Amino acid sequence: MTADLKVYGRSNLRSKEGFFFTLVFPIILILLFGAIFSSGGISQTKVYVQNLDVGPIGSSFVSALNSTSNYCSSNSTSGLCLRPVPSDQNFTQFLTSNSASDGVVIPANFSAAYQAGDKVNVTVYGNPTSTTSAVVSGIVAVIVNGFNVHGATGVHSVGITSKTAVSSSYKYIDFLVPGLIGFAALTSPMFALVNISSTYRRDKVFKLLSLTPLTKTEWLLAKIIWYIGTTVVSFFLMTLVGVYAFGAHITLNWGIGMFLVLGPFFFVSLGMLVGTVSNSPEAASVVGNLVTFPMMFLSGTFFPVASMPKYLQTVAHVLPLYYMIEGLNDVMIYKNFGPAYFDAGLLLIISAVVFALAVKFFRWRED
Amino acid sequence: MPAIEVDGLKKKYGELQAVDGISFSVGEGEVFSLLGPNGAGKTTTIEILEGLRDRDEGTTQVLGMDPWKSGYELHKKIGVIPQGFKFLDYPTPREAIVYYGALFGRKVDPDELLRRVILDDAENIWFQNLSGGQKQKLGMALSLVNDPEVVFLDEPTTGLDPQARRAVWEVVRRLKGEGRTVMLTTHYLEEAEELADRVAIMNHGRIVAIGTTAEIESKFGTGQRMVVKGGQGLFAYLQENTKLDVRRDGETVTIVLRDKEDALVALGSIEESGAEWGDLTVKRDSLEDVFLKLVGEGGTAKGGE
Repeated sequence: MTADLKVYGRSNLRSKEGFFFTLVFPIILILLFGAIFSSGGISQTKVYVQNLDVGPIGSSFVSALNSTSNYCSSNSTSGLCLRPVPSDQNFTQFLTSNSASDGVVIPANFSAAYQAGDKVNVTVYGNPTSTTSAVVSGIVAVIVNGFNVHGATGVHSVGITSKTAVSSSYKYIDFLVPGLIGFAALTSPMFALVNISSTYRRDKVFKLLSLTPLTKTEWLLAKIIWYIGTTVVSFFLMTLVGVYAFGAHITLNWGIGMFLVLGPFFFVSLGMLVGTVSNSPEAASVVGNLVTFPMMFLSGTFFPVASMPKYLQTVAHVLPLYYMIEGLNDVMIYKNFGPAYFDAGLLLIISAVVFALAVKFFRWRED
Repeated sequence: MPAIEVDGLKKKYGELQAVDGISFSVGEGEVFSLLGPNGAGKTTTIEILEGLRDRDEGTTQVLGMDPWKSGYELHKKIGVIPQGFKFLDYPTPREAIVYYGALFGRKVDPDELLRRVILDDAENIWFQNLSGGQKQKLGMALSLVNDPEVVFLDEPTTGLDPQARRAVWEVVRRLKGEGRTVMLTTHYLEEAEELADRVAIMNHGRIVAIGTTAEIESKFGTGQRMVVKGGQGLFAYLQENTKLDVRRDGETVTIVLRDKEDALVALGSIEESGAEWGDLTVKRDSLEDVFLKLVGEGGTAKGGE
């Protein structure tokens, strides 16, 4: 089995197509989609401001903030843009529901405390890893200093409390990275296995292998191990590009590993099964594409499933790739392990069934 | 005990009776060739013996084992090159040998094997870039990684140029020299004549002749004939004045030579006839003549290039 793994892996890297689809293609995709969806209005920083103060000082603080956000126009692509938050809203929930991380809250007793010279703090919400948050806290600090100089008592009575928003802000790229990892785990093993299962039969390579003590299960396992390897590598490459080129928020943890193993396990088995039930390499590639492409687009690879119409969401829920991408989203971004374990378990069961079917139906020799 | 024993073997694909009750045995260390046109049932037969196909009827034993039931055990002791041998595109011959050996759990010396199949000049070329002859030689090398007792070669030289064929033949002779049993299918008569100790001619799933090439030639051939150019006069004179078996086809007169006496009488009578004659030759049925006679001119069989 090790020998088979070695030879297959080497072949895969030597073949230009294999190398391209396994490692280069996903990177191109992430660069492409990342570039398309990260530019435009998305880079304009929205700052949510909640003024709980009823007195005049709170309002002038907001005006001061407003004066710094003179880029907040429809045709600008960068800069700050203030968004008022009604005082009856729970601020952190509001941030979360708007997928934002930057915000300023002026406390209820702001005017009174300021006029009395009592110590009072403005709360700045931000994401420590985000550059926009640094800009926001910088601006707030400048305004606070200005208020302290203006203060009648000359005492620095206004301070800043920094808070990290409960949820970090989700950008398109955050969602794209798990999607594309799922995509990579889907495409290269599927296409490769559909192809080799039929061409090996045509070229009688299976016959040759059947003449050795190597078993079908060992052979298929070697393919699975190889594609787990390539998926892990492409995971790291995509994460690097996602984080450093587009500032994706990704946390590495072992939960990701489950999906990097289960994904290739499932798709290698599925590819083998599809290739086995098709009679010719041509038929196999047609059937392979029929299975692959709908799964690719409907499972939340490029577009969030939640943004799809209801009936497509229903379709997505029967696609195994959906559970892989969903699970990856859970562990990579939301760190939400409960549902991820469910997704992983489901994937494991489906994979085991497909693997068993693939081994059963795929024949070394004929009768 | 013979290395291969086949008795009453039958195999049907749908309506087509591919193999129709054949029996033969191959002794240890023998080179045995199945000769026949395309579609005669050679590959089906050899694949059943290799354990790659099940049979419908009859018994087969290779090294005392049933190839279909004991395939796993048998495969450790036999070497096989399937027809139109192909391998993965990217390994080099050296890597392929190490890999295939590892599948058998054997550590093989690739250099030694490459030398044995005369492929040491191409050890680092990717499989997809090898020539047809080199690919076939790699196939031979792979079939030898497990030091097999019986080697099955299914049309090992089909599609090769004459030089490459001779190289493959050389390897087969070496296998015989090492005492291995070789079963070979071919549709080249020349190849069977060159390599095989015994030949079985197959047609439409049956064996139509079996034995050494000399045995087949004498059994099914017409023996020696004297062929001479001459007209009706010569033919008539020989018919009237000798007891020879004489035939005429246009300007060609053929005299069957049953023994040496016939040859002397024929020569004397031709001279005595006073008729015009020339271009005298003595011919003997070659394996090709016998083959065409048995298989029919319509068969796709032809001697080598």
